[in-house]
Amino acid sequence: MMESSALLLTFALCAYVTGTVGAVLFQRAERLANTLGFGLAALGGACGTVFGVASLAAGRTITIAPVVLWSGPAPGVRLVVEADTLSCFFVLIVSLVGLAISIYSLGYARAYYGRKNVGVLAGLYNALLLATTLVCVAGNLWLFFVAWELMALLAYGLVTFEHEDRETRQAGVLYFIMAHLDAVCVLLGFLLLAQAAGDLSFASLRGNSAKLPPGLRDAAFLLFVFGFGIKAGIVPLHIWLPVAHPVAPSNVSALMSGVLIKTGIYGLVRVCFEFLGPPPMWWGALLLAAGTLSAVLGVLYALMEHDLKRLLAYHSIENIGIILMGVGASLMFIHTGHPVLASLALIAGLYHTINHASFKALLFLGAGAVLHSTHTRNMEEMGGLAKRMRWTAFFFLIGAVAISALPPLNGFVSEWLTYQSLLQGFGTTPSLIRLMFPLSGAILALTGALAAACFVKAFGITFLAQPRSEHARHAHEAAFPMLLGQGILTAACVFLGLFPTMFLKLLDPLTQQFTGQQLSAQLTASEGWVLASGTAQGGTVSTSGIALTFLCLVPVPLVLWALFARRARTRIGPTWDCGQRGLTPQMEYTATGFSKPLRMIFKALFRPRREVQREYDFSPYFATTLRFESHTEEVFQTRIYRPLQYTVLRLSRRLRALQAGSLQAYLIYIFVTLLTLLLFAL
Amino acid sequence: MNLAPITLVGQTLALLLLAPLLSGCIKNWKAKLQNRRGPRPWQFYFDLVKFLRKDMVISEHASWVFSFAPYMAFLTALLAGLMVPMICTPAPLSPFGGLLAVVGLLALGRFFLALGGLDPGSAFGGMGSSREMTVSAIAEPAMMLAIFTVAITAGSTDLSRIVQATQVSTWELLNPTHVMAFAALFIVLLAETGRIPVDNPATHLELTMIHEAMLLEYSGRYLAFMEWGASIKQLVLMTLLANVFFPLGIATDGSPAALGISLLAYGAKLLALSVAVVLVETCNAKLRLFRVPDLLSAAFALATLALLSTFLFH
Repeated sequence: MMESSALLLTFALCAYVTGTVGAVLFQRAERLANTLGFGLAALGGACGTVFGVASLAAGRTITIAPVVLWSGPAPGVRLVVEADTLSCFFVLIVSLVGLAISIYSLGYARAYYGRKNVGVLAGLYNALLLATTLVCVAGNLWLFFVAWELMALLAYGLVTFEHEDRETRQAGVLYFIMAHLDAVCVLLGFLLLAQAAGDLSFASLRGNSAKLPPGLRDAAFLLFVFGFGIKAGIVPLHIWLPVAHPVAPSNVSALMSGVLIKTGIYGLVRVCFEFLGPPPMWWGALLLAAGTLSAVLGVLYALMEHDLKRLLAYHSIENIGIILMGVGASLMFIHTGHPVLASLALIAGLYHTINHASFKALLFLGAGAVLHSTHTRNMEEMGGLAKRMRWTAFFFLIGAVAISALPPLNGFVSEWLTYQSLLQGFGTTPSLIRLMFPLSGAILALTGALAAACFVKAFGITFLAQPRSEHARHAHEAAFPMLLGQGILTAACVFLGLFPTMFLKLLDPLTQQFTGQQLSAQLTASEGWVLASGTAQGGTVSTSGIALTFLCLVPVPLVLWALFARRARTRIGPTWDCGQRGLTPQMEYTATGFSKPLRMIFKALFRPRREVQREYDFSPYFATTLRFESHTEEVFQTRIYRPLQYTVLRLSRRLRALQAGSLQAYLIYIFVTLLTLLLFAL
Repeated sequence: MNLAPITLVGQTLALLLLAPLLSGCIKNWKAKLQNRRGPRPWQFYFDLVKFLRKDMVISEHASWVFSFAPYMAFLTALLAGLMVPMICTPAPLSPFGGLLAVVGLLALGRFFLALGGLDPGSAFGGMGSSREMTVSAIAEPAMMLAIFTVAITAGSTDLSRIVQATQVSTWELLNPTHVMAFAALFIVLLAETGRIPVDNPATHLELTMIHEAMLLEYSGRYLAFMEWGASIKQLVLMTLLANVFFPLGIATDGSPAALGISLLAYGAKLLALSVAVVLVETCNAKLRLFRVPDLLSAAFALATLALLSTFLFH
């Protein structure tokens, strides 16, 4: 077993390497490069998926013995591969989503034929999958860091793939800066740990967590939250995410939003549960609060967007927040000594991780298909696509229902688990801090409802009613590989939604490793048909039962139809137009209009500004021309980042005085430096 | 004896048949209170049959989502109703989900209802969808917090267990936690069922309408299922409120005597709640759309206070 799973992982990694090399080598032959690059990536994804499922299903804590990839010149420089259950779980996420996206890319990359270098795209894409997989299976800091940095650089290359656009280049720069800020923080955090452990391997970091003095631990924790938080896109460190994700090619956006930001979660879980030792209360509370804030702000900003891909990017921030709520609550329960609840919350967080990976990638792939066919990301120019792109619309709708946490799909299941753990958290501690649990639960409810509103808007404006532009009118269905890729993720959403108990079994060794509890038996009732909350309190839910009963109820309206409406005929007619002469697409509700009530309600946050210019002859009610502009403000952008930016610029301007270009001044600097050094030497 | 299939069929029928009567009664009493004659309480049944028999006109711009939405709205309300104990506990579908699933299913119905409103491309429909989703979004946290409060005091989100828990402990009508949570949920009920301070169910083709605006393009049997679904949803929410906060008399076994008492008690509770709704609707004017958040944040504040009071009293 052990042997074969290690072999599968090797296979996957080799496939990515070959894919990278092959695609770049054959970049002259576009078709070949496309097939070779994305085909091998799909193969790697398939191997990785089987590896993940097989090693998790083995049912105990698996540690693939460390494999030394390379022993460097100095004795310490070694790249060690080591996969424990957490690694396997994240490799599963990377590979499953990678598989679907790769198949999709086979069709998607065709749009670049003759325009862009497909070989480079496929090569970078393969290398990115390789780096991401390596981040998850790194067994020491050397490999982790090499992979982490590679991931950031390759993602930069992919974000700026369509670098002809100024917007893309700017987004690339922002991403580059943030990714390196994140790398610095993570590196500093790890160095603090490694200093105490005296070694760079994860095994010794794990063993020596107790040696750290508390102050240092807190500092390391904060550095990790900051660093991994940037990668994951926690508010207020998220600003790069809604800028960088939309401008990348859509398959890359799906990979970044679905998979790449999850490495931040991987890092946080890894360090908080393993390396940093027993957590104080405030760690968990901080993560829970940050998660809650990210969740609600992410969805609120998403509501204001009418750029389809940017809307989805903001939803990634929301969902990362929901994941963090589970992780944070779990840390709090570990502190209060409730291992069962800690496992429940951790499972909720991790389950949402894989769920979000599947539906967010699905939605981005759908958005990519729409973009591919309408050549715009602006929802105000779409509409009527449900008739023109039937399958894409169907897949997008499934993704929308899943992300809105509606039963019976997977988003509902993981949010249900989150609610259950938050609700039971109320009884774990007598202190006032327990109020956080139900309050964040209420905010989670707000988030869910707002997400539903946002996806009614996203789906309704994009796919329903009349097309709002020529491009949308002539939209066509996506190519078969693109549909297949979306289909795989749709199937994953449905499976993870309807049969959660089957999947939760796979997480047993993982919770065993981190909290010493195996929960799947407690979470399962009625032979796997019903999901329970694991403790005496709490409730049960059965998504498959709901779906089944729903199907059983379908005859009710059909019988009524047969009884009463047999003779009723159906006509196709125009929509009622209030006596005008026909409705035009301009009269339809717009995405901006749809979110107006919420913009007004939350105007303290959005600070909406609008400008209306009206030209008229005799009465303002009969305008001859009308120009309307509306803006909302990104509070973090204007309140935190811009002042920060100005401060840095101002400081550097001050420093410029030092470098005035006068030779005498420079000579004085040298002299003073020399004197100071001499004084020290004495 | 396994009662599950009987209660399942019985409750399905009860939901289907009782909901129109309840809506009709509320309409009739409201008219009486306003010195009008009003439609007979059972008029809603005739309306439904008439809608079912009528031909349908479907918009040329609409897609399959438009035809799918009525069934979703109807079936999700019905399904949610099967998880709520009406006259006996446990509810027929109790193990399939508790409060969270009920809320989720109603949200699923609303999701498709709003999409159905957007599909024909009329500005009315979009307006209705936008407002419906907004109102429900700000009602949701208050609803969840009130539900959490109840669930925390009962120790479960499973509805049947909540009802049993509240039944075993002494009559807690005047427990401040419950009073405040009830008040919060009552406001949410008004918002979710489109009642007067939030939406006016009697308007048609006015710029202020919310629920009606989404149904504007529906006709024939689709309209019937939409209206019926909305009425079932109202019954489900009222049952939830009645039985969670006043669990008096709910049968825990299948004996005819217990069921009879339970049926009477249930009728009385629904009657009281409907009268409350009628009074609120008659004594208030519809709020401006942007005043609705104030009302709902009052509900949220009440629910928060209810939660805080669990601290003091438990």
